[in-house]
Amino acid sequence: MPAGLLGIEELDRAEIEAILTRAKDFQPLQTQSVKKLDALRGKMIVNLFYEASTRTRTSFEIAAKRLSADAVSITAAGSSVSKGESLVDTLNTLAAMRPDAIVMRHAASGAPHFLARHLPTPIINAGDGTHEHPTQALLDARTILDHRSALEGLRVAIIGDILHSRVARSNVYLLSKFGAQIVLCGPASLLPPELAQLAPGVQLTTDIREAIRDADVIMMLRVQLERQHEAAFPASEYFRFYGLRLEHLDLAKPDAIVMHPGPINRGRELSSEVADFQRSVILNQVENGIAVRMAVLEKVIG
Amino acid sequence: MAILIKNGRVIDPASNTDRVADVLISEGRVVGVSPNLSASNAEVFDATGLIVAPGFIDMHVHLREPGFEHAETIESGSRAAAAGGFTSICCMPNTKPVNDSVTVTSYIVERARRNAVVNVFPIGAITKGSEGVELAAIGSMKAAGAVAISDDGRPVMNSRVMRRAMEFAKSYDLPVIDHCEDLNLSAGGDMHEGAKSVRLGLRGIPAAAEDVMVARDLVLAQLTGARYHVAHISTRYAVAMVEYARQHGLPVTCETTPHHFALTDDDMAPYDSNYKMKPPLRAGCDREAVTEGIVSGAIGAIATDHAPHPGSEKMQEFESCPFGIIGLETAIALTIEKLVHPGKITLSRMVELFTTGPESVMRLGRGTLAPDAPGDVTVFSPDVNWTYDVNQSFSRSRNSPFDGRTFRGGPVATIVNGEFVWRRER
Repeated sequence: MPAGLLGIEELDRAEIEAILTRAKDFQPLQTQSVKKLDALRGKMIVNLFYEASTRTRTSFEIAAKRLSADAVSITAAGSSVSKGESLVDTLNTLAAMRPDAIVMRHAASGAPHFLARHLPTPIINAGDGTHEHPTQALLDARTILDHRSALEGLRVAIIGDILHSRVARSNVYLLSKFGAQIVLCGPASLLPPELAQLAPGVQLTTDIREAIRDADVIMMLRVQLERQHEAAFPASEYFRFYGLRLEHLDLAKPDAIVMHPGPINRGRELSSEVADFQRSVILNQVENGIAVRMAVLEKVIG
Repeated sequence: MAILIKNGRVIDPASNTDRVADVLISEGRVVGVSPNLSASNAEVFDATGLIVAPGFIDMHVHLREPGFEHAETIESGSRAAAAGGFTSICCMPNTKPVNDSVTVTSYIVERARRNAVVNVFPIGAITKGSEGVELAAIGSMKAAGAVAISDDGRPVMNSRVMRRAMEFAKSYDLPVIDHCEDLNLSAGGDMHEGAKSVRLGLRGIPAAAEDVMVARDLVLAQLTGARYHVAHISTRYAVAMVEYARQHGLPVTCETTPHHFALTDDDMAPYDSNYKMKPPLRAGCDREAVTEGIVSGAIGAIATDHAPHPGSEKMQEFESCPFGIIGLETAIALTIEKLVHPGKITLSRMVELFTTGPESVMRLGRGTLAPDAPGDVTVFSPDVNWTYDVNQSFSRSRNSPFDGRTFRGGPVATIVNGEFVWRRER
């Protein structure tokens, strides 16, 4: 299998640390007037997005350009995908154009893993179905480390539709590798007991207050109605039981930060006040997305 | 032309035989089993060190003809069966069109007569188009050659329809075979629901989807008195329920597949669709219960659920790939590897699982080496070393998780109606 980045699960601590450290090097660049480096000059990256995405796709594009790589973005609508071409045929065609890496988002869990077995090109997973979203976990870790000295010993609450969340899985794998305590919280039908077996240090609760109590980090997940094949919870009362409101924050550590992978739904998974709360680091996450993806691109094709 | 099989260990559970002897087949029938037989005009096959058994019966295969000949034909499937040591196979009705009428049943019988190298017995649909609404022409299909009814793969969800089907089947003395899956519980699922599905982010098919349906069917079997058979049983509670029903005297049987006693969900290579089938590979406790069911007798037959799909259909995102794997050529080897060599069952019990077990359900008039029985013989070796190369398969499809696996034990020769239809190169 070519060297790409398919998930956090298979990375070891040192590899993750290397990416996070490198991302830190790239952070100051984001505020300079000239933001471009030469590292990947002459390299070609294809961003292939089978699912709608604004921030991840843009973030990868900007990351590539800041490293002077050429980046081409393809979305499913308007490409051969909409003409019925199979995934493997599309990827074979793209691979024949000799890109140095393919950044890929797909609605099917395992789609990049399947392709990695059949293609010589390194594949970077930009989110596969309900499985993993490795660069999101990396940028989340980078963001936490901007506010805390270490991940070890932190109590991190992840709240929402855990079952269908690739963000949750990648974060669980990453945080667990560094010795954080993770509390997963959501409606019972989206919180199967097997989640506790994902990694060491994972607890489950259906009570948002219990999840938030003494938390250092509160990570809210988007309610992914598009991944719900049925009404797994009564949508009308979701906010009442799982929406994050200002009064909840009193239960957390005084300096706790609030995170969200975006796009946020104000009034659905968190109140508008929380979204604009001073310890909400949602925009830092977006900013770090570019630095982290630069580090990933450099690692994979540099 | 006659065939004289010399010096093999003849295991014929139907006639309580297990001894070294010769078997003489002539004019398509068994002449006799006895030491030191001779026949002047017979082709002699030296079976020293080999097991000689009644022809094996696979009561659950998909031959894809008519309608999906790119995946398999009656001819190619029958050749794969022969190479797997099977002399009789029963084919499920989910063809295109569905085998829900005399026309299709007769077509399969006629195509098999012309092209198949093993005996092929069609299974008719329970409902028209296997749509679960209106009963198919069950009696007429039986008259045309159907040996059982099943809506395999598209189980009858409506309990009232299933009740009627069982009532009719009973009056025609046909077994009702059910692929037990509550389609509401399993909807959207791609693999067994458990730690692995949660980890891989794949939607799960809970064991309960099978258990609920087995429970319903057993209640209906009790109500109707029909002969009822659970296809490819895969969960511990389903096995327990069948065992309970049998202990209470219901005419209930079940089969399992080699992959369900050989593999668990944890053995699945991530997102490898050659591990995707229904029922899915289950948890370790289920696999153990299935194995124990085989040992105890709760499970009476091993069937392959041979389900060919062409490469183009299996080369997709996991969730888009169809369910099913081919299995005819690896069944004997897996049974020996997983059950016989570890000492869980004897060779004699193994032969039962492939002969008297399925015969007791399907009543094909086969599965024994008694004098005048059809000349179907399976010769196999518990020790032959061989490697399965799926690209050499007789099947038109290549969807096997066992490609490249080296086995100790496997079929050696297959005789159907008094003629060799396959022999291992030695």
